[in-house]
Amino acid sequence: MMRYFLRRLAHAFLLVVGVSILAFLFTALAPGNYFDEMRLNPQIAPETLVVLRAQYQLDRPLPLRYISWVNSVLHGNMGFSFAYNTPVAPLLLVRAKNTLVLTITATILAWAIALPLGVWSAETLGHFPDRAISGGTAALLVIPDLALALGLLVLAVRTGWFPTGGMASVDFESLSRISKIRDLALHMVLPVAALVVSSLPLLVRHVRSAVAEVLRAPFLLAAEGHGIPRPTLLFRYALPAAANPLISLFGFSIGALLSGSLLIEVVMSWPGLGPFLLEAILARDIYVVVGGVLFSTIFLAAGNFLADILLYWVDPRIRTERASQ
Amino acid sequence: MIRRRQVAIWLLVLGALHGIVLCAGFFAPYDPVEQDRKNPYLPPMHLHLADTRGHLHLRPFVYPFQLRPGTFDQYVEDTQQPRPLKFFVQGDRYRLLGFFPARLHLFGAGNDRIYLLGTDAFGRDQLSRLLFGGQVSLLAGLLGASFTLLIGWCIGAVAGYYGGWRDDVLMRLAELFLALPWLYLLFAIRAFLPLTVNPLQAFFLIVAVISAVGWARPARLVRGIVLSAKERDFVRAARGFGASNLYLLRRHILPETSSVLLTQAAILIPQYVLAEMTLSFLGLGVPEPVPSWGNLLSNLQQYSVLVSYWWMYLPALAMVPFFLGYLGLASALQERAEPYKIQRRSLGSLA
Repeated sequence: MMRYFLRRLAHAFLLVVGVSILAFLFTALAPGNYFDEMRLNPQIAPETLVVLRAQYQLDRPLPLRYISWVNSVLHGNMGFSFAYNTPVAPLLLVRAKNTLVLTITATILAWAIALPLGVWSAETLGHFPDRAISGGTAALLVIPDLALALGLLVLAVRTGWFPTGGMASVDFESLSRISKIRDLALHMVLPVAALVVSSLPLLVRHVRSAVAEVLRAPFLLAAEGHGIPRPTLLFRYALPAAANPLISLFGFSIGALLSGSLLIEVVMSWPGLGPFLLEAILARDIYVVVGGVLFSTIFLAAGNFLADILLYWVDPRIRTERASQ
Repeated sequence: MIRRRQVAIWLLVLGALHGIVLCAGFFAPYDPVEQDRKNPYLPPMHLHLADTRGHLHLRPFVYPFQLRPGTFDQYVEDTQQPRPLKFFVQGDRYRLLGFFPARLHLFGAGNDRIYLLGTDAFGRDQLSRLLFGGQVSLLAGLLGASFTLLIGWCIGAVAGYYGGWRDDVLMRLAELFLALPWLYLLFAIRAFLPLTVNPLQAFFLIVAVISAVGWARPARLVRGIVLSAKERDFVRAARGFGASNLYLLRRHILPETSSVLLTQAAILIPQYVLAEMTLSFLGLGVPEPVPSWGNLLSNLQQYSVLVSYWWMYLPALAMVPFFLGYLGLASALQERAEPYKIQRRSLGSLA
């Protein structure tokens, strides 16, 4: 068991390292850097720029820059932001926390809705509930995230039901603890709804097809013959048997939600990684961009690792496979 | 038979939709960059068939807007001067399909102006911008998808056919690209490319960026097919007769991948249109004044626009029929390839 987890951990680690190298290779493609625009400024001497470039090590070759960046990551800095003039990690951590609040809530909600819907759809395959659910997911599937998020925003603005923009009201600091939670929850409604609705159709469809495939298996017929009640049959017997592809999907869904969240944060001005990265791209603040990509990879690797643990817990085939080795 | 017909029907639908956008100059009443500064943020004009006295007209007409007295941004319909819609009128010059100079438009209102989807901040006709914007966005999606498939195809073929260390290196790289959330990847690549470029350069930049993002999945699928195809008996036989590697790939192995490539294309194109929209929406893509579906929406990022001018949102719905078409095509193609399987959508449209 330890070996299985260690192997998965090593896999996740390699993923993060690979992505960081890739991101650094992209930085080598950059035709300019943060200080290029200062060149046009007559108040800054060319010598100053040379010193600045040297100070931020932009004059060194790529492999050396990568090594010193890795060193900086190990010291918990993740490089230096030119625009903010501070280490990147603390800047990113604040925003990453907000992004996580959003994506974790959305992931839990999306799966909590998708599982029963998908199972119900598979159970009534070809009949009315299944057709209605399939039709609904098809309809949602053709509405792109961007249109969905903007549509929700327009709706919210016109009805005034939910606050739009930001994650807290102006008077947030003065509120009591309970009102604070309520305020946060109200602000989360729109972005979470957009994320859940945009990721729901694919999840439901996958759950449906996975469960439908299992429902035709002989062992379920036998279980039915033993008189096991239908709900138990569906959720205790069929769902775990169908869980394997779904758990891999869980890892993927985290990646999709992170991407979706990036866009939806910008649209709904949620103070997460999305707007921050956008700003960094426009300012050519390369270490912030690299750091942001790295953060997303770490989330993703963590999600996949979680999926592996779940798989181990749910699927006995994996456990015995390891034990027999 | 039915399945083949399904594919044909979806192709027909998509062809019609793309035809409309391709001939944007004809269907759009005005030039997309022509400004009407006196009429900023005009709401969409409604098409009427019956006038205020209840008389029915055969020719649809609109009522122009005038400022509500005492306000500066509220419009009311002026029912005194109906503007009849005229069909097949001469108007702004444009180039049909990019080549043929033409002046014929599907409809117009003579010397008056008619805005069926309202106007933007500069008084530009949203309908015209929407149609011309579709050209940019769809072309970006189509070009990006073709490049991606080409890259993925080559890489998949090399990895699958030659195997060994090439396979290892290429597939590890593919795993990296698959693992990253695509929008972060898009951001990362876009971040290191020049920001201020002219619209044409920006367009090709975008195509390059989005086609660099998605090659991994088609590459893996192609690799899988090549792996199984190269062990088939007829391929071995051909090799026994002394066929060269290139001949085998071209003649016997790569044709096997066509159905996967088609399905992938139907999945990738709408994704890439969306990627272009996302980048342009965020101001990293095609810049003004050239319209694209993304930058048409970008002024919705201003709260005041969002609150006051809801019709600026309408372009967001433009690609829904296109998405529907591509989704239908993709599932029809998939069903044709694996007719006896319960549909399990490829993860492609997710990650």
